[in-house]
Amino acid sequence: MQVTLKIFRYNPEVDKKFHYETYQLEAEETDRILDLLEHVKGYKDGTLSFRRSCAHGVCGSDAMRINGKNMLACKALVRDVGDTITVEPLLGLKVQKDLIVDMEPFFDNYKKVLPYFINDSPLPADGRERLQSPEQRARFDDTTKCILCAACTTSCPSYWGSDDYLGPAALVTAHRFIYDSRDEAAAERMHIVSETSGLARCHTIFNCTMACPRDIQITKAIGELKMTSLTGKLD
Amino acid sequence: MANIHQFEVVVVGAGGAGLMAGLYASRGAKTAVISKLYPTRSHTGAAQGGISAALGNYEEDKPEWHTYDTVKGSDYLGDQDAIEFMTNEAIEAVLELEHMGLPFDRTPEGRISQRPFGGHTNNETGKPVRRACHAADRTGHMILQTLYQQCLKNKVNFFDEFQVLDFLIVNGRTAGVVAVELATGELHTFHAKSVIFATGGHGRIFEVTSNAYAYTGDGAAVLLRRGLPLEDMEFFQFHPTGIYKLGILITEGVRGEGGVLINGAGERFMPKYAPTIKDLASRDVVSRAIYTEIREGRGVNGKNYVYLDVRPESVNKYAAMDGRTNPNGSAYTITGEQVLAKLPDIIDFCRVYLGVDPITQMMPIQPTAHYTMGGIPTNKYGEVVIDDKKTVFPGLYAAGECACVSVHGGNRLGCNSLLDLVVFGKHAGLKAAEYAKQAEYQNLPAGAEADARSQFEVLRHGSGKENAFTISTELKKIMFDEVGIYRNEKGMQAALEKVKELQARFKEVCVTDAGRIFNTELLNAWELGNMLEVAEVITESALNRKESRGGHSREDYPNRDDNDWLKHTLVRKENGNVKIEYKPVVITKYQPKTRVY
Repeated sequence: MQVTLKIFRYNPEVDKKFHYETYQLEAEETDRILDLLEHVKGYKDGTLSFRRSCAHGVCGSDAMRINGKNMLACKALVRDVGDTITVEPLLGLKVQKDLIVDMEPFFDNYKKVLPYFINDSPLPADGRERLQSPEQRARFDDTTKCILCAACTTSCPSYWGSDDYLGPAALVTAHRFIYDSRDEAAAERMHIVSETSGLARCHTIFNCTMACPRDIQITKAIGELKMTSLTGKLD
Repeated sequence: MANIHQFEVVVVGAGGAGLMAGLYASRGAKTAVISKLYPTRSHTGAAQGGISAALGNYEEDKPEWHTYDTVKGSDYLGDQDAIEFMTNEAIEAVLELEHMGLPFDRTPEGRISQRPFGGHTNNETGKPVRRACHAADRTGHMILQTLYQQCLKNKVNFFDEFQVLDFLIVNGRTAGVVAVELATGELHTFHAKSVIFATGGHGRIFEVTSNAYAYTGDGAAVLLRRGLPLEDMEFFQFHPTGIYKLGILITEGVRGEGGVLINGAGERFMPKYAPTIKDLASRDVVSRAIYTEIREGRGVNGKNYVYLDVRPESVNKYAAMDGRTNPNGSAYTITGEQVLAKLPDIIDFCRVYLGVDPITQMMPIQPTAHYTMGGIPTNKYGEVVIDDKKTVFPGLYAAGECACVSVHGGNRLGCNSLLDLVVFGKHAGLKAAEYAKQAEYQNLPAGAEADARSQFEVLRHGSGKENAFTISTELKKIMFDEVGIYRNEKGMQAALEKVKELQARFKEVCVTDAGRIFNTELLNAWELGNMLEVAEVITESALNRKESRGGHSREDYPNRDDNDWLKHTLVRKENGNVKIEYKPVVITKYQPKTRVY
């Protein structure tokens, strides 16, 4: 089938402002949008720039806007998005070149929620694992799936409106540790996410949940954090 | 203005091995981790099924069984001292990950959950044993996340999206690396006492692969250009179950949970090839079985694929026929909900890419290029050894898939890759820091980045008569067809000639992007150069080894030949020519014998 692929282009070394370029391609309906971008880069315009690595939705490199929605280019198939396809960089992060955005502010927010396991108590005397029941493990399973692709955070109008909002991805990371029965820094993290740059900026718009390529129930996770912030209870 | 940095230890690559090395090295020395990707994008994150350790959380298991299984899996080419070292460290390594917060799945008692995997056996009964410690089917993702998080906690220095182009040698010792910062195009020199390569594999040289775009053999190629040897490059693993055409990995954990392989005639065929452990035989054995079925006309609809069936009714039927039991002795059964809970990503991949729901439909699969067994030769401490006399190159280390210890020999056992990353990443980090504490910095020569710069200049000034993508596509096809699962003299000779032709044509490539900022065209062209280098030494090594062993299956030499070939290949380039030498295999407890599953 023939597809029309319209791509946002911006090269700061050449262009004063961005523009779009349109390519007509032969494609299969099972082709990934990433395959189309690779084809354009390989045979039509080598200067087209984008990030990619695993090509099957687990590394988080190629989040971008496809027909207005945040998706991973390697997980969006032609049959899902149709034969007229517009590809643009994520919103809310500075465009560095074409589909590549500056990820540093995103990772800076991630780092603010103490994104690492904290437990300073002695290890079990036998040196074995800290015990955790399957139920306790299931409590935070959903938020362990996050691949830090930024599709959620850059779909959030609250994030577009204020750079200092931690954003859904950082809150997902906070959730992953706060509800881990083995972790001891829940109170500290709750304090961080309860500041004005945190939970209060979430207005339950659900864009993040819709955007997540890992199907994490992000709005639900943030809701649970809000409930904990109100009640002080972790379960 | 030159960008010069000084770190006692520089780690190249930020997957599981690089992060573990960075974590341990930074405890004893000033350390930087340089990665061409953001660390969490690394290919470790694509590993699914588990990490092996004889924890015995469900049933009896012991490191000795793990050792023997690994030796047997390697087709006796693995070095037994290193294998024993790894399997003995395995339990502590997995527990350390748990202590770092890794969210493993749990047993009812709250311990780390384990599942059966290919080639993991109870050595007394020969039956599969639950040795793969897992976090659903995203174990690698959880290892990568956990290690990155611990590095942040411990304030490890990262240089993200920096591509290392060259390794600097002064006075026969390590002096540092040269890298390009992708965001600016500027070259940076990292002056170092120790350098640890943890750059992953090179599966992207094959047409159908589970590997990430980043897997272009950069570390191996950089060192090859500096005259260092590579070991056992002819050994590459083809994983039996990749998604048809796309190559995306479907974990062996599917078969661990009871899934079976079915041919075009609707028959379960693995019992013919591996009567005892059937669908859970070693990967090389299963991949060859699938190819044999296809060649003999039993692919699905006459095509080059078969089915992987994890529908609960099929799993339960075959589990009953096999007499499979739960740890408490009851008959093993599974429900659709349990399949979904244990293998969520696999279900998702099939639904997204195939429109197939594995709970109710069979998955079309074919073998996919998966894992680099060969690589930069090291000892069990991650020190790079450059000859058959165990001579260590001062200050140079390698760990993970880019390294060849060799614990995987001719064929890697499932779940031993994640274990390898953690164990040898740690020891490489420790050794590199220890060395850095007693070594002096070598003086950097003026213009240390000149060679790196000229590699790029060549790519910017070719005639433009050739297209890099076309060369890449032709390379992948010939390597998959002729240096793939089955190999023979004629096919490999044709592949070698083709690779040389492509190397010549590569000189006519011209990068059209003249910019500096995120010049990914230039980066990809440079990576293609690496793939061509690596493909050449793989093919030469494979042509040279006139036997079949592990993943190296020759139609013209179908048997293993321990008299002539129980030895490692060391390959290097001298004045543009490939030179092959050998080094002995370390055998301690297990004398080679016929390998039957």
